[in-house]
Amino acid sequence: MLSTGDQTTMLALVGLLAALAVAATVVLRALRPRRGLGSIEEQATYRALHTAGLATPHLRDGLTPEGAPRAARPLRQLLGVPALALTDTSVVLAWDGPADHHQDATMEQVSEVLHTGRVVVLRARDVRCADDGCPIRGAVCAPIVSGDRVVGTLTAYAPRAGVGLVRATRELAGWVSTHVELAELGRQRTRTMEAELRALRAQISPHFVYNSLAAIASFVRTDPDRARELLLEFADFTRYSFRRGGAFTTLAEELTNVERYLALEQARFGPRLALTLDIEQEVLSVVVPYLAIQPLVENAVRHGLEPKVGPGLVTLTARSRGNEVEITVEDDGVGADPARVRSVLSGDHGGDNVGLGNVDARLRQVYGDAHGLVVETQVGAGTTVTFRVPRYAPGVHAAPRGK
Amino acid sequence: MTTALVIAAVAIACLATVLLGLHGPPGTRTTSDFFVASRTVSPRRNAAAIGGEYLSAASFLGVAAMLWANGADMLWLPVGYTVGFVMLLVLVAAPMRRSGAYTLADFAESRLESRRVRALCSVLVVAVGWMYLVPQMQGAGLVLRTMTGAPPLVGGALVAAVVATVVGAGGMRSVTSVQATQFWVKYIALAVPALVLLGWWLLHDGARPSPMPPDRLREWATPLAGFGGREHSLYWTYSTMLALSLGTMGLPHVVVRYYTNRDGRAARRTTVLVVVLLAAFYVLVPTYGVLGRIYLQELPAGAAPDTMMLHLPAAVVGAGAATGADLLTATITLGAFIAFLSTSSGLVMSVAGVLDQDTVPRIVPRARRQRLAVAGRFRVGVALAVLVPLVAAQLFHGVSIATQVGLAFSVTASTFAPLLVLGCWWPRLSTTGALAGLAVGALTSGAAAAWTVLGPTLTGWPGVLLSQPALWSAPLAAATMIVASLATPGSVPRDTARTMVRLHTPEELLVNPS
Repeated sequence: MLSTGDQTTMLALVGLLAALAVAATVVLRALRPRRGLGSIEEQATYRALHTAGLATPHLRDGLTPEGAPRAARPLRQLLGVPALALTDTSVVLAWDGPADHHQDATMEQVSEVLHTGRVVVLRARDVRCADDGCPIRGAVCAPIVSGDRVVGTLTAYAPRAGVGLVRATRELAGWVSTHVELAELGRQRTRTMEAELRALRAQISPHFVYNSLAAIASFVRTDPDRARELLLEFADFTRYSFRRGGAFTTLAEELTNVERYLALEQARFGPRLALTLDIEQEVLSVVVPYLAIQPLVENAVRHGLEPKVGPGLVTLTARSRGNEVEITVEDDGVGADPARVRSVLSGDHGGDNVGLGNVDARLRQVYGDAHGLVVETQVGAGTTVTFRVPRYAPGVHAAPRGK
Repeated sequence: MTTALVIAAVAIACLATVLLGLHGPPGTRTTSDFFVASRTVSPRRNAAAIGGEYLSAASFLGVAAMLWANGADMLWLPVGYTVGFVMLLVLVAAPMRRSGAYTLADFAESRLESRRVRALCSVLVVAVGWMYLVPQMQGAGLVLRTMTGAPPLVGGALVAAVVATVVGAGGMRSVTSVQATQFWVKYIALAVPALVLLGWWLLHDGARPSPMPPDRLREWATPLAGFGGREHSLYWTYSTMLALSLGTMGLPHVVVRYYTNRDGRAARRTTVLVVVLLAAFYVLVPTYGVLGRIYLQELPAGAAPDTMMLHLPAAVVGAGAATGADLLTATITLGAFIAFLSTSSGLVMSVAGVLDQDTVPRIVPRARRQRLAVAGRFRVGVALAVLVPLVAAQLFHGVSIATQVGLAFSVTASTFAPLLVLGCWWPRLSTTGALAGLAVGALTSGAAAAWTVLGPTLTGWPGVLLSQPALWSAPLAAATMIVASLATPGSVPRDTARTMVRLHTPEELLVNPS
């Protein structure tokens, strides 16, 4: 008969062992790929798709020297051939399997595929091998196509290049082509975004540069110190606006630029233009798209306050909202017709407030449709523009502080 | 008299927190003379804010009570709570800041490029947050019951209501200033009574010795003597040190504060200052434990050891100056309530953030999500973050505040600590390895914690191993993470090299932004 103390000890040990067993099971399950049970078709489908899935992440950037060797193994397993080669238009990117003495001849063998874009079947006489034990006596080369261009080839080496292998290789090359095209699409998206940023940089200036310089000129005689200060602000403003590299910056940097901008606008408007900033300290380090706020302030000044008689006020607010930061630019200017704003945001209406549509498009592109601009306005009732950025978004990092 | 003063102190703590939380301290609204560059949060202020959020009921009431009840070994608790920030400083502060992550889940996602690791981390943040919130609410209930006789639910519900109001109203206005202020309030509420009581002892009682029998007292003051019938003190000490020194870096409410730093350098400076502030705080805490041993042989029947500090002023000053004692007790209560509120609001903010961001979107269909207002969604998160621990706090009694908080540290030391340290310093960490290590650490330390709090009390090795699991569960989790990573080189994240460069390059040297 066990004493109570021993019983509890036993109980605890059993509990501990049970916890360890559960933990071990979890580890083993995490380590071992799950085997689907079911009919033969189900298992075959599962195996094929699973193997294909292993190659997908390495094709995310298209055919690259880093990704191709990792993608080659699952692709080879899919075809069940001894060796498989991936090339781009000039070099062999990956060779998976034994007998890599054939690798040297690969570029020569695929040159026809690269030129014609057609599948080429190589027999034993084409492959030529002195080694009797070599399993490679034939090959099928299929093109990898993106758009209308042949961007690479996929070559399956086998003892015999039969009809089955030709069909399978062609399909597999088609599948790889789809992924390469997707990668190309992703790259194009990035390029579009960069182009939009460039467009924004290029279109800020004309009005503003002219007006600022004119305002500064008016101070040169009456208040040389102020003129000098404003010129320096102008220099800093242009340096920031035309800087290269990095689509993101911190809110602090962006707000500093807004301050410069308003200092210059105030030189022109004088006491008519007032600014209130209500910024929580904690959100200053949040990362925002570069030039996301200044165009909104410029929009408020140019379309809200400039046409207005009497003094105007711009209020800039940044608040934390849980894991997001809400940024609001408000003016008490003349407002606008909501329908007009809608057409600006949807991009139908170029006009002279490209800034608004551009910022909206970039925000949506980076953070998704839920993060676009929200504009509240009515003729004669001022305008409020709000957007939210998450404190953290994958892949979003601020560029180093501008030099 | 005492009751009235204490109620006044609690009311002041709650009202001040609500008002400051909703409107921000006076003078934070600025007009056009605002210069952004001069307004970023300085490391000094951020350090005080971290201290304000970090010093919880466990530090304010729990440590002194543990020292009083369990002897000199408990002096390791304040050491561990401080050393945690040294580890944070050395191992993760700067890389964590440079990763751009706001929460622990963000860091996991950016380093391991996996939604599954993120999801697991989110679950853990919520679990740890709740584990940490329960003792805060129990502590509040205990303090109010001791001082006013109110049922334990009242104190917890009060904390829950205040925190839900402040956080639910859209985060806290000017959190940093509020929390920095809270740190200094706590510090003063701890230091003034400590110094007064110490002075009283020296002046009036001629340094009177403890009424305890000398051999008992020697046992109390001797390390590893197992005072109070504790077994395996050496294991307990090492395990506690490991839990506290590694656990701090995985506390969700501490980590988010690092986001406010301007860069990695500022993050390190902040941490150094936190260590200084915490040292200044914890050096005062043992005073209460020692004075308690001199004046309080035993607590009144039915009083939990955690309320020791509240009984102390009356015992020291005696009936001669009852009003003075009441004032000191009220001051301590004020500090304790600020501790409950500040830690809880930080935790609720983190938990609600996770619930809002990672859970609600999963359970609410996409079409309806668009219509659910953002603020409304966050409030659902806040309500859940507050109500679950409030209910849980009523379900069990008798486990001390410091022990419960220690268990929460054990869980973070067995989950987030290996993830952060390996994530920052080991390029071969794989997604599968991280998942396996997190799961093992969470299951083992979580099961041990659950047994300790809810299960029958055990004696001997099983009891010690379960009530202080870090020494076996943390190495187990880390080893699992390493072995599983080495076994699955295929699931090492694609951009590891680039991520590592970003984590370790000082910001001013980065020339080629990704």
